[in-house]
Amino acid sequence: MPDRSYAAVMARRSAIIEQATGVRYELFERGGLAFDYESVMASVGLALEEVAAIQRDVGVGETPLLELRNLTRLARELAPPGKGARIVVKDEAANPSGSFKARRAALAVQRAKSLGYAGVVAATSGNYGAAVASQAAMRGLPCIVLQEVYDSSGRGQPEILEKGRACEAYGAEVWQLTVGPELFYALLLVLEETGYFSASLYTPYAVAGIETLGWELGLEVRERYGRAPNAVVVTHAGGGNVTGTARGLLAAGCTETQIVGASVDLRGLHMASDHDFNRKSFTTGHTGFGVPFLANPDRVDVPRNAARPLRYLDRYVTVTQGEVFYVTEALAQLEGLERGPAGNTSLTAAFALAQELDRDAVLVVQETEYTGAGKHPNAQLTFARELGIEVRRGHPRENVPGRVIAIPRSPEELAAEEWDLGALKRSYLRAAVGSRSASTLAESELEFLAAEVKGTMEDVERWLWEQERGEVDVGGQTAPA
Amino acid sequence: MGEEAGRKGDWGEIRFVLLAPDERTAALPADTKRVPLEVRLKGFLTADSRVGEEVEIETVLGRRARGTLMSLFPPPGHTFGRPVPELLTVGGELRARLARGAIDDA
Repeated sequence: MPDRSYAAVMARRSAIIEQATGVRYELFERGGLAFDYESVMASVGLALEEVAAIQRDVGVGETPLLELRNLTRLARELAPPGKGARIVVKDEAANPSGSFKARRAALAVQRAKSLGYAGVVAATSGNYGAAVASQAAMRGLPCIVLQEVYDSSGRGQPEILEKGRACEAYGAEVWQLTVGPELFYALLLVLEETGYFSASLYTPYAVAGIETLGWELGLEVRERYGRAPNAVVVTHAGGGNVTGTARGLLAAGCTETQIVGASVDLRGLHMASDHDFNRKSFTTGHTGFGVPFLANPDRVDVPRNAARPLRYLDRYVTVTQGEVFYVTEALAQLEGLERGPAGNTSLTAAFALAQELDRDAVLVVQETEYTGAGKHPNAQLTFARELGIEVRRGHPRENVPGRVIAIPRSPEELAAEEWDLGALKRSYLRAAVGSRSASTLAESELEFLAAEVKGTMEDVERWLWEQERGEVDVGGQTAPA
Repeated sequence: MGEEAGRKGDWGEIRFVLLAPDERTAALPADTKRVPLEVRLKGFLTADSRVGEEVEIETVLGRRARGTLMSLFPPPGHTFGRPVPELLTVGGELRARLARGAIDDA
């Protein structure tokens, strides 16, 4: 029996992951920092139409594109004259497991099946667990989901308890862990023990599965409104949603569409803290994942993350927990759609951003998710109050993650806080280059880094050079502009 | 604890320690580092057992695991919560706002 200690299992991680994903990541390395990202994505070996066909086969995708007429009217009332874009939403809750994650899972599980794996494993506390479990049920594969759920007192985060319940409903074995990044260690143990496929969120299949979302909405908006979307707002956590959506939009010819990432602002809460764990009302789509994944996308359960959001993002904004609850209520009461709340992060940002765009513009919110016990705003706010968090009506700036949730008093108070994307890119470069001097980088490495930050080789050289000379306050990389 | 008796084949939830505090990764905040990494898992009891005892279960996939029996036939612990006063009036406020609005959506 192999050594099951933390250090021994982590030392075997590369071999375990290669065996469990069927991806030989070393084939894509190009020396030094560089790897061939497009070849990683091409290793999926399927055209977009083939991905769509696989998804159609299991009832995934082709979700309704709904115009949010009342929220658009409200935004127009608040906007300056001539402003107020039409807000439309892709109702991804209509997917089999209730979220866009079914798109990722459809590809991953189909791959597991076609490669002959005996089962699938996913380590996720989000909707992806239920998505993998649902897809595995359809394809007749055993499924194990590992989640981070409880603090040390045995108190479970209601939203994650609901996601665990859904996984069990689809017939999965569910490991419910206490707080800690060693969820990855547990995943490796289970993969090694079972020989199952790792349906990681960060494999090229899991990202290719989202490309159909961007592709569908690009084509639908063009057909219905006679123009490409002016902007698409994407809830951002691990980066797959941004990456896949943006790639799909490009495939649909929407090259001018602005890609806006949006996260819930949870600054100040430590994601691996036993105490802080249950003091957040949003367990995904927040800055605790969003910001570190921008700066260092490869800190995941595969050697090279196929989700590379900085390659595609044009803007990054944050909203507060209280604002998302308010907009979730507005979506139910004004549009008749009870969804989220976590999936409504992008909608919250969109309501504010629509007021900047012209009236004839089309602004797309690219997902919704199902609601339920545990997830619902009432469930989360009841739980927050039990933990001593103050809930009150107030301006969004009164929100203090873990201490105060302020529900806006009026729609005028909703705003999207703009982050300095340049600072986030510089923080990515600093992490990627590490202790190396810019002068030692090969041209192929500079070219790679330029693509990574959607910039030029000159930008990269200049930024790195400024950092080396200490001209830029890189300590501010996690602060908004 | 320890009073509730389960029979072989009953559905139960166990808890076991995967990593003791001194076996955990070094890169942890102090509050997390102090406590073990625990797992909860549900399955069918492989023998008659009492809550609080060390037991074995067989999961829905037929895999076996051992741990302390926490409960039998555990209900989901999450609900829709209580109605929240701060949200109860939002719908009415927004509808009134739209009714007053002069701008149509032509």
